Amino acid sequence: MKDSDIKKLFYMHLLCIFSIILSTFIPSFFLENFSVLETHLLWLCICSVSVTAINLLLYFVVKPNVSSKRSSLSYKVARFLKCCIYFLISCLFLHVIFVLYGAPLLELVLETFSFAVILSTFTVVPCLCLLGPNLKAWLRVFSKNGVNSIWENSLQITTISSFVGAWLGAFPIPLDWERPWQVWPISCTLGATFGYVAGLFISPLWIYWNRKQLTYKNN
Amino acid sequence: MRKVSVLAFLAWVSFLFYAGIALFTSGFLLTRLELTNQSSCHEPPGPGSLPWGSQGKPGACWMASHFSRVVLVLIDALRFDFAQPQRSHVPGKSPVSLPFLGKLGSLQKILEIQPHHARLYQSLVDPPTTTMQRLKALTTGSLPTFIDAGSNFASHAIVEDNLIKQLTSAGKRIVFMGDDTWKDLFPGAFSQAFFFSSFNVRDLHTVDNGILEHLYPTMDSGEWDVLIAHFLGVDHCGHKHGPHHPEMAKKLSQMDQVIQGLVERLENDTLLVVAGDHGMTMNGDHGGDSDLEVSAALFLYSPMALFSSTPPEEPVVIPQISLVPTLALLLGIPIPFGNIGEVMTELFSGGKDSQPYASALAQASALYLNAQQVSRFLSAYSAAAQDLQVKELNELQNLFIKASTDYNRLLQSPQGAETALQTLIAELQQFLRGARAMCIESWARFSLVRMAGGAAILAAACFLCLFASQWATSPGFPFRSLLLIPLAWSLAGAILYVGLLTVTRMKLDPVLLGAMAATGSLLYFLWKTWTGWGSKRPVTTLLPIPGPVLLFLLIRLAAFFSDSFVVAEARATPFLLGSLILFLVAQLHWEGQLLPPKLLTMSRLSSSAPTVPPRHTGTYALWLGVGLLLCTRLAGLFHRCPEETPACHSSPWLSPLASIVGGRDKNLWYGACVGSLVALLVAVRLWLRHYGNLKSPEPSVLFVRWGLPLMALGTAAYWALASGADEAPPRLRALVSGASVVLPRAVVGLAASGLMLLLWRPVAVLVKAGVGASRTRTVLTPFSGPPTSQADLDYVVPQIYRYMQEEFRGRLEKTKSQVPLTVAAYQLGSVYSAAMVTALTLLTFPLLLLHAERISLVFLLLFLQSFLLLHLLAAGIPITTPGPFTVPWQAVSAWTLMATQTFYSTGHQPVFPAIQWHAAFVGFPEGHGSSTWLPALLVGANTFASHLLFAVGCPLLLLWPFLCESQGPKKRRQSPGHEVEARIRSEEEEEEPLMEMRLREAPHQFHAALLQLGLKYLFVLGIQILACALAAFILRRHLMVWKVFAPKFIFEAIGFIVSSVGLLLGIALVMRVDGAVSSWFRKLVLAQQR
Ligand SMILES: [Zn+2]
Ligand SMILES: [Zn+2]
Repeated sequence: MKDSDIKKLFYMHLLCIFSIILSTFIPSFFLENFSVLETHLLWLCICSVSVTAINLLLYFVVKPNVSSKRSSLSYKVARFLKCCIYFLISCLFLHVIFVLYGAPLLELVLETFSFAVILSTFTVVPCLCLLGPNLKAWLRVFSKNGVNSIWENSLQITTISSFVGAWLGAFPIPLDWERPWQVWPISCTLGATFGYVAGLFISPLWIYWNRKQLTYKNN
Repeated sequence: MRKVSVLAFLAWVSFLFYAGIALFTSGFLLTRLELTNQSSCHEPPGPGSLPWGSQGKPGACWMASHFSRVVLVLIDALRFDFAQPQRSHVPGKSPVSLPFLGKLGSLQKILEIQPHHARLYQSLVDPPTTTMQRLKALTTGSLPTFIDAGSNFASHAIVEDNLIKQLTSAGKRIVFMGDDTWKDLFPGAFSQAFFFSSFNVRDLHTVDNGILEHLYPTMDSGEWDVLIAHFLGVDHCGHKHGPHHPEMAKKLSQMDQVIQGLVERLENDTLLVVAGDHGMTMNGDHGGDSDLEVSAALFLYSPMALFSSTPPEEPVVIPQISLVPTLALLLGIPIPFGNIGEVMTELFSGGKDSQPYASALAQASALYLNAQQVSRFLSAYSAAAQDLQVKELNELQNLFIKASTDYNRLLQSPQGAETALQTLIAELQQFLRGARAMCIESWARFSLVRMAGGAAILAAACFLCLFASQWATSPGFPFRSLLLIPLAWSLAGAILYVGLLTVTRMKLDPVLLGAMAATGSLLYFLWKTWTGWGSKRPVTTLLPIPGPVLLFLLIRLAAFFSDSFVVAEARATPFLLGSLILFLVAQLHWEGQLLPPKLLTMSRLSSSAPTVPPRHTGTYALWLGVGLLLCTRLAGLFHRCPEETPACHSSPWLSPLASIVGGRDKNLWYGACVGSLVALLVAVRLWLRHYGNLKSPEPSVLFVRWGLPLMALGTAAYWALASGADEAPPRLRALVSGASVVLPRAVVGLAASGLMLLLWRPVAVLVKAGVGASRTRTVLTPFSGPPTSQADLDYVVPQIYRYMQEEFRGRLEKTKSQVPLTVAAYQLGSVYSAAMVTALTLLTFPLLLLHAERISLVFLLLFLQSFLLLHLLAAGIPITTPGPFTVPWQAVSAWTLMATQTFYSTGHQPVFPAIQWHAAFVGFPEGHGSSTWLPALLVGANTFASHLLFAVGCPLLLLWPFLCESQGPKKRRQSPGHEVEARIRSEEEEEEPLMEMRLREAPHQFHAALLQLGLKYLFVLGIQILACALAAFILRRHLMVWKVFAPKFIFEAIGFIVSSVGLLLGIALVMRVDGAVSSWFRKLVLAQQR
């Protein structure tokens, strides 16, 4: 493992964070009445799109994993479609999980679904970029001693921290402070965002500090 | 011996918790008996004629009325200094300008201009200084307590005699506007009422503006005798901003305008009372007993001259409840029966032009009436309850007798000196103050020492559980010394206390006795731990709970300290439970147990046995997790809403079927309920059959086969009657009502007899050798002598078991398809859990009857959920033979979480109005007459059903992993008949899994594991009750303490008691089965020898 890799990872993550910050501030120049809390769904869409875009961009520029041997157009298209389907399925799956966790079943469906979209943007999209539509690889990365590179390691950290952030975001909902951000699902989406950002920050640092202990099969 | 000591140790630990709970409760919950006696207009409070001038006047009861109308303006949290006039003439000092000072200028103006018409008092209130308790005190003249023994928990309505009641019975029209707490306290008492919700403390204006909209029009209409306006803005402003905020100045100025407007509209016969119900702290909160909280303003004004003197420089300090007898006598109504306040004598002086003698006589008469009433109350109260000090009571009685003879003498010779009157007044006042002080002494004080002591005992007991549970599985666990020595110490503590009592001659307090005993043994334990453990062991053993589980527990405990989370616990618990479940699944995956690639191999110590393959492969655990989440979510559909959340809607399915209007709906729901009953029954029977426990001819098994369906039938029939009773034709009415009495009792009787049978013959094993019985063969063991000692038996039993399997297999090979064969030992593998499941099912039916019909769906879900959870947990627990067996912390935590979740999903809430009182009438439609313990038992069983079931079922956590062993690498196929099943098994299994017989292989470890499980369960429950107690202790002046924290503590405490008893019962049942299995084996060995 080289230090340059960690540096690369760090800059990539900074870009991701920057994209989230931009998606919060840029639209207010173009759109009237734009604010994270009041036009929350709009913000969610913009944030989701920009994070996806920056992830794809970075993936194409950096290409952390060894590119597959087959590179025909039809294969790429099929792969892309498969990715889209995976993304959709993950959104639906998360939606179901939220409902099982106690989200309202019939009311606020759009809100719940957009929370599922933003959470899978933070978690599934990087997985798709890095590992491709390969469930086995995903499961491998998220098990003990399963990571093979710093990319996978950082993926593990950001994904877990996004989930933990979303989980923690549910805690303020019952409190009687009557703040606008306590409404479902705003606190959870904010929690997921903060968790994701924190994961982006933490993972390069963590990998840097533990670089002596980390040994991967590849290198 | 060992079994008994395990049970006794657990019972002793439970006792420690009980002692802590009792001590805390005695310091925290203010209790007094509530008398329902009423004062009556025609009945004077004591012997002798009614006093001075009251006879013959219309509308006069005990005393002639001074006013015919009164306007009571209650400004919530109007602290005394808010109303205090600001004197600017203090030399050398500029007046302090604070937002709340000097804003009530109209009071000051009136006091200066009309000194004989108005008076400002500083009224001292008794804690707890919460609005509802203050309103109770302000109308009854008594002390507020949290639990008024004898009151109806179902509503907040005041049952004691009070001003409002007296006013209505005197025919006065009461118009109320403001805080809707009054609606709960005095349902239907007002001739006209405008209630506004007091719920949202952040809203400063809704209530006040609502009152102002109606106040002046009502006043001008003249259709009232008593007008009560309860403003909340000042209080809410305090809670939101605190008193030091400009908003407070605005609010107070608004109140000033209100008072001004009222004063302008007052007529001559009207009294204006402006009062605060309590004060507020520097931060604007209230509820406790600090100086700022207990000081409230009280202002009286009348257009007619009231006082014979001008106001004193410094306002007089009076107890707030003085207002009650004063108002009663001024309005010419009887003083409420339970009043212990003292009349404000100045108001009876008769204005500024009255004669001094007549004025003093009037004051003395008012005081005398007041004293008669208090004396009557004291004798009635001390006849009904024993909590007043006898000595003081006698002294007071003597004082009263002396004062009353003085009074009567004065009345006979009215020319007596004025000084005699003054001494009489002093005597009467002394009596009244003494009575009040005595009552306060025994009723209304938080005892911080007791609360802290109780919390300390609870904490120490939790500590003990944690340590002892670590210690229990270590090999040298000293059962006997651990049991006997602490008992000796607790005896020593008790004796010390009794000795102290005999020295100081105080009354014996059982709570203190228990606390001293508990402290004695806990001190010994702590000392022992300190010396024996603290030094040698590393810190990691101090916290044996794994990190994530600790986090879950901490979150759960922290939630007890927030009123929002306590209110939202019904939603928070499933959330935590779901998180824990997903965490367990994720952990399984993380460790590679969820998916096939890594096969976990386990080696057993006995050399002959092959290795046990991993029990779970594939995504089995994942589906368990999803199923659990689904069940939790479905059970959440049956929640009842707490009152505090107006946006929430209670589940419509909690009402009984009888309340459904449509016939088709009712039938559908009835079908669903019966369906769930049948499903529950079928599931239990299938489970028992799966493990072969349905084949034995034992009476308990026969009961399961025939008694359970009968119980289900009885339940279904009872539901049919209960839901359709109103539609029955008249001639069948008697039959229906008779059946609705008999059916529930029959079901309960069946359940009880089933449990008895189970206890009598708990081993459901079929001893049936095939044709050509092999009883003549000898056991393959170097066994000598009869199996007298336990150790011999322990050694022999597994061998017999294995022998029987071998024999069975051998015969199978010989007689492959000849005779139907069954093997006894197979059923032994699940003998413990079969008894547990049977007992739980038997317990469920009576509990089911106590709930509304549709809750049966929840009970079905409950069984399903615990089944899934047990499987999921078993997936993560490796079987270690021959021990030590442990139940991991996550299992115990998940089990308690599920118990709490089921408490909510069976339609309960930890508040008194949510108690399902109808449960008391199941099987007793006519009520219970005078007995109270039976309805209390029924309601308690209804409320704490989930606590009981989960506590009794707790040993399943230990047993289940062994049970899952039989599921082997391939899923066992269900087969219809014996032959096929036997053939399949003989083909696919080399050796019959030992399952629960592994526990018998190591009985010492088994008992230690049971003890450990019990201690862990008590620990998790114990820290919950500790957290509740600490929350109530620390937040005792929180706004919600009497609404949220105190009820939560009470429910949690009773739940703890029920759970600990259930736990003991469950473990005792396992022990009983164990003993029966031992004796069964003993018989078998004897039979073999012959
Ligand atoms: Zn109040
Ligand atoms: Zn308040």
